[in-house]
Amino acid sequence: MATVQYPEAEFGDLHRRLFILRVGLLLVVALLGLRLWHLQIREGPYYRDLSENNRTRLVLLEPARGLIYDRHGVLLANNVPSFSLYVTLEDVKDREALIQQLSDLLGFDPILVRKKMTAKGSKLLPRKIKDRMTLRDAMLVESNRLDMPGVMIQVESQRNYPGGVTAAHLLGYVGEISADQLEKPEFIDLHQGSIVGQYGVEKSYDRHMRGMAGQKNVEVDALGHEKKAVVVERPQAGNDLYLTIDVRLQKVAEDLLGGEYGAIVALDPNSGDILAMASRPGFDPNVLSRELTAKQWVEIVQDEGRPLNNRASQGQYPPGSTFKIPMAVAALETKTMSPSSTVFCNGGYQFGKRLYHDWKASGHGYVDLHNALVQSCDVYFYTIGQRMGIDVMAEFGKDFGLGKATGVELPSERAGIMPSTTWKQKAKKEQWLPGETISAAIGQGYVTVTPLQMASLVGTVANNGVSYRPRLVQAVMDRTSGNLQELPAVPRGKINAKPETFRVIKDALADVVTRGTATRAKSSMVTIAGKTGTAQVAALRTGPEENIPKKFRDHAWFVAFAPVESPKIAVAVLAEHMGHGGAAAAPLAKEVIETYMKLAPQVPAVTSDLSGVNRSERSAKDS
Amino acid sequence: MIDRLTEHRGLDSFDIRYVAVILAILGIGVLSIYSVTHGQKSGMAPYYLKQLIWIGLGAAAFLVMWASDYHYLARFAYPAYVFILLMLVFVLFEGRTSKGAQRWIALGPFSFQPSEFAKLVLVLVLAHYYSKAPRVGWLQRVIVPGLLVLPGLLLILKQPDLGSGLSFVAVYAAMLLMVGVRSQALGFILLFSIMLFPFAWEGVWGSLHDYQRQRIMAFVDPGYDPGGKGYHALQSKIAIGSGELLGKGLYGGTQSQLKFLPEGHTDFVFAVFAEEWGFLGVLVLLTLFVGLIWLSLEIASKAKDQLGALLAVGIVAMLCFCVVVNIGMTAGMFPIVGIPLPLLSYGGSATIMTMAALGLLLNVKRKRLSLFY
Repeated sequence: MATVQYPEAEFGDLHRRLFILRVGLLLVVALLGLRLWHLQIREGPYYRDLSENNRTRLVLLEPARGLIYDRHGVLLANNVPSFSLYVTLEDVKDREALIQQLSDLLGFDPILVRKKMTAKGSKLLPRKIKDRMTLRDAMLVESNRLDMPGVMIQVESQRNYPGGVTAAHLLGYVGEISADQLEKPEFIDLHQGSIVGQYGVEKSYDRHMRGMAGQKNVEVDALGHEKKAVVVERPQAGNDLYLTIDVRLQKVAEDLLGGEYGAIVALDPNSGDILAMASRPGFDPNVLSRELTAKQWVEIVQDEGRPLNNRASQGQYPPGSTFKIPMAVAALETKTMSPSSTVFCNGGYQFGKRLYHDWKASGHGYVDLHNALVQSCDVYFYTIGQRMGIDVMAEFGKDFGLGKATGVELPSERAGIMPSTTWKQKAKKEQWLPGETISAAIGQGYVTVTPLQMASLVGTVANNGVSYRPRLVQAVMDRTSGNLQELPAVPRGKINAKPETFRVIKDALADVVTRGTATRAKSSMVTIAGKTGTAQVAALRTGPEENIPKKFRDHAWFVAFAPVESPKIAVAVLAEHMGHGGAAAAPLAKEVIETYMKLAPQVPAVTSDLSGVNRSERSAKDS
Repeated sequence: MIDRLTEHRGLDSFDIRYVAVILAILGIGVLSIYSVTHGQKSGMAPYYLKQLIWIGLGAAAFLVMWASDYHYLARFAYPAYVFILLMLVFVLFEGRTSKGAQRWIALGPFSFQPSEFAKLVLVLVLAHYYSKAPRVGWLQRVIVPGLLVLPGLLLILKQPDLGSGLSFVAVYAAMLLMVGVRSQALGFILLFSIMLFPFAWEGVWGSLHDYQRQRIMAFVDPGYDPGGKGYHALQSKIAIGSGELLGKGLYGGTQSQLKFLPEGHTDFVFAVFAEEWGFLGVLVLLTLFVGLIWLSLEIASKAKDQLGALLAVGIVAMLCFCVVVNIGMTAGMFPIVGIPLPLLSYGGSATIMTMAALGLLLNVKRKRLSLFY
């Protein structure tokens, strides 16, 4: 053997050293064991939590927003799938390069994208960069996804209004919850990015329609890819709304206004159901429910026609001669006038140093209440106004709902003004001037009303003083229980007046159409009663109407109900800057009434027969 | 010369306990590799099957080593060392790069890692050197073998492969200690400071700033933690810790199954095992390793000559070092340096080399028994 043998002593020494080596190794292994005991036993629960957090993400499941139907179950608002592009900044390597890519590939505005990427927020959470992408763009992103880490396409539910501009002001639109809204208690269970109604019934019934978000636990791998999802809580779909409007009538009303500015309100005086409520100009809620660029938003807000303004409930106009209706009721009830007592009209009314003109310079001669209404004699009403005084007028005006919001389920409804001495003291810190009573008597001066108030007013007259709160929603379909909850009409009280008073006034209003100022509203189909009005825009007027620039021309009013014998519909028409009510507004009211009468046979069925239709709608949507 | 089995009652030396422990550890390795890679959908053969092939080849190497004669093998120590150094040089220029380090030589569809085999050859070289003649004096005992180690060490560090480099030093230190240096204490301190490095490291390492660590690690091992932020180390700690006492069960390891833990079948196989089998599983595995080392040291102490003893000690030191450093690094006590866990981690070169080394150990025992006949 080549190996050299060592002296025994040296070999023995090796054994001793091996022993030390063994002990040392055991020590080291024991240390390892200790460390592992520390990790697995002492800190085990901590690391278990970490591993759970590592692999699971809580993802919110957005609920399907409730649908909106008209009174016959015609779909007005639903949800459609839409593609949105999200970016998770944590996964983005080069932000500028990505912005460039998105701009090259899809034509996104680099400035806008950069703004969204730099906005405050978590780097770990995906942020929405673009919504409502086309299928083509979404596919394009998907196929380039590997080159764009951090980018993802999400299919989301997007609010859709199949009718476009139709009934836009009533339906409203939806949008992402704002920072201010998030702090309000009513939005407590919502979160950044939640979609809420921002206008119309979408806003006023948001609580019903938004539903409840669900949650799912998603197990993800290290790259964030979803591996397994466990639904913890299903989202709860929002409730469906059934509006009182008939969308066919609504469309007719909107088309009648056409390109002009104005509003038409039609309601059922027996229940307060709003059958149509048109306001022009309008807007497309589909556009507004999307994310708007700053420029688009400025364009809408600064539009001179103020398309977002619902003129029917938010537009405040002097009622003009339509105000003579409550004035007439007041005159009879206060016994200021009897139906037969007359006033002589010579075309003007002298009060102090000022002469108040009648619209007819030659005068109407001796007029009783009936003729005063039929001919819309101003002097008659100057006279009775002067006799009653502003506070008595205000009392009756308020009984008819003037000067206060009707309480319709629409946001930002305006109340108008029913002036009185105390009102002026409060609002203007001035005393009431006697001359102002005379202006007020013919619906000018401080008096302002909304078309909705006027429709309600004329409906109350039609219904012999019994009034209901105008309403837009007649039923709510509870999506969890499947129950259709019909909302009862809301009585608003009765005007304390003799039936005789209403008979006299309704007779007069019927004659306004047959032989008075509104013969253009005469219909061969149905008896119509109404009252014209002309709301002055500029106090001083010179020369003929045609020479006045349009924006200073008067607003045309017409309020009506039909049929005279058993009223089914009350209408208020306001056409801005269209001149005399008899010429501009009355024909529109006639059209609306005739349309409704033609549709009427289908009216009785309210909601009970709708469930079948809606169920199929729903299943189509859910699938 | 290769001995004939019958001549030396060779089968009696085939220690059943020893082989059983090795098989048990190998089994745990295959199970863990299977668990962590069973979901992979690639066209390749599954990792656990390939590992079984490596184990088969390793078993062959084990048997060849066991049947040979270490005295005979020792004679080829220097040529083998020269050969392995040439391969290490070759790797530097022609090697396959993976994860920032150039360590592999492509052999058809496989690649082979010379640095693994270099460890075993080094053990052989040093054992041969010390047993050839009574090496006396400081120069002969320390400096000359040091110079022997140096070229291999430098070539390996150049790849870079910090883990194998440290194993080189560990083997050298263990040998030095066993032949005895003037100051024994110094030797022990050297050896145990390498062993205890993980524990000391936490203190030193923990006091450094992130960027300092990054710089140091980028210098010694560019393949280290490419994502930065200590991701590997943290995920590995989470995997082990979340196993708790009983573990999450086979396939239950979410850390590894969902790929939060990288390299679950290679360097981090211990974390996979610890996650799925818990502290109890860890105790079983540690016991198996301790048993293997115990039996190996038994062989060393009963070796019939110094060459055998030194060979056995060198192999034990090499194994121990890898086990301790690997578990230490997965348990977050040591920076991640890329040392596989012997007999568990997936990998051809390491598995074959380790099993060959264990075969050689058993050969030392066989030769001792053969003396009596």
